[in-house]
Amino acid sequence: MKLDTSGLESTSPFFGSGDELCPELSAAPSFSLPLSTDFDEFQKDTKATLKHAKGTTTLAFIFKEGVMVAADSRASMGGYISSQSVKKIIEINPYMLGTMAGGAADCQFWHRNLGIKCRLHELANKRRISVTGASKLLANILYSYRGMGLSVGTMIAGWDETGPGLYYVDSEGGRLKGTRFSVGSGSPYAYGVLDSGYKFDMSIEEAAELARRAIYHATFRDAASGGVASVYYVGPNGWKKLSGDDVGELHYHYYPVTPSTVEQEMAEVAGA
Amino acid sequence: MTKQHPAWSPYDNNGGTCVAIAGADYCVIAADTRMSTGYSILTRDYSKICKLADKCVMASSGFQADVKALQKLLAARHLIYQHQHNKQMSCPGMAQLLSNTLYYKRFFPYYSFNVLGGLDNEGKGCVYTYDAVGSYERVGYSSQGSGSTLIMPFLDNQLKSPSPLLLPAQDAVTPLSEAEAVDLVKTCFASATERDIYTGDKLEIVVLNKGGIHREYMELRKD
Repeated sequence: MKLDTSGLESTSPFFGSGDELCPELSAAPSFSLPLSTDFDEFQKDTKATLKHAKGTTTLAFIFKEGVMVAADSRASMGGYISSQSVKKIIEINPYMLGTMAGGAADCQFWHRNLGIKCRLHELANKRRISVTGASKLLANILYSYRGMGLSVGTMIAGWDETGPGLYYVDSEGGRLKGTRFSVGSGSPYAYGVLDSGYKFDMSIEEAAELARRAIYHATFRDAASGGVASVYYVGPNGWKKLSGDDVGELHYHYYPVTPSTVEQEMAEVAGA
Repeated sequence: MTKQHPAWSPYDNNGGTCVAIAGADYCVIAADTRMSTGYSILTRDYSKICKLADKCVMASSGFQADVKALQKLLAARHLIYQHQHNKQMSCPGMAQLLSNTLYYKRFFPYYSFNVLGGLDNEGKGCVYTYDAVGSYERVGYSSQGSGSTLIMPFLDNQLKSPSPLLLPAQDAVTPLSEAEAVDLVKTCFASATERDIYTGDKLEIVVLNKGGIHREYMELRKD
């Protein structure tokens, strides 16, 4: 299909054919074009690396009692489900959790590395590291590997001296402090349920149920999410795993099958 | 400028399939012995299984040159561990060592799809499954390699163990006996050989239990 690129063409004369003394004045503003006729294939590989389909659903939010963290457990390699039991909530230390989205090996390795750094901080400074500090350590490491193809979309959730803390850190080098995050291909669905049901003054059970439902709905609609919905709570005494439910079973728990009246019953045919 | 694609690749895929199943007090690790490149068979008698420690055996499919390099590295690291600690490395320990070794080459990976099997510190069977860059998890059973997409659904059907993430926690190891597990593995490979061109020739089965290591072979289709 021949594209109509007339709108992109510059109205000014080409280099050299205009007034040589001040070429900038005669040139009208125009887009510089790549030196190729096939615009769709141009830098396709580079563009593909920028779009990370982090096939997963993870979420975390701060509420009155602390931080609630939840995730699914599916790992996909293209269209193949390589595992339904991946631990996406990583226990960095007894009072801090990290979530995994993106490359499984990248998340596992760097979270473990973060745990080591946090422990070294404790030994060197005789006090626990803050969530702010831990997330900064991770963000700085990821920033130094920026552009090299790491894929990490993680949330660091914990309880330190200032109370509950939640940070979003990714492999592009981004680090955001916040109260509500969801990361992964299923995050739009999780946000829908999470945002509409969120209240700061929730009890732990209510918050856990909200988190569980949000993950369930994301696994229902997102093909790349599924398995087991794990829910963790982080409080002043550290984290505690509240539940781990198979999302297939959760479906029938939320939407039980009501037996409907049979209209016509098929009669058994005597042997022909 | 359209991107220049390199004419030479440092990687090759030698095919093959590996399986491991963990039991209550045993572990079965199996792999076929065919080594191929493209549509040619290089040899019908190549072992993909390597004993890393007394209670830890690794099976790897993918690019066998990278597999060989990985096996040598791990064997060397295990030797150092034995000199420093005066004991064999445990299977969970070796599992993490393998994960870190794979990740250290994150930007030029080992083209090796591994499955680690052995007995944990309590004598229960354990299987660890890996991707090419080191992400790992402990599972009740796993398969890797060219025939894994054929074998995995069958193992899910026969062995489906409750996820270790469920709360309250349920045991992941299969209730099958050792003989039943070996039989299941033979069935897996017989079927995979039918439908995967890279799997066949011979099957090598290694069984690890408290009595030690036991190895057996089974013929597979050679076509």
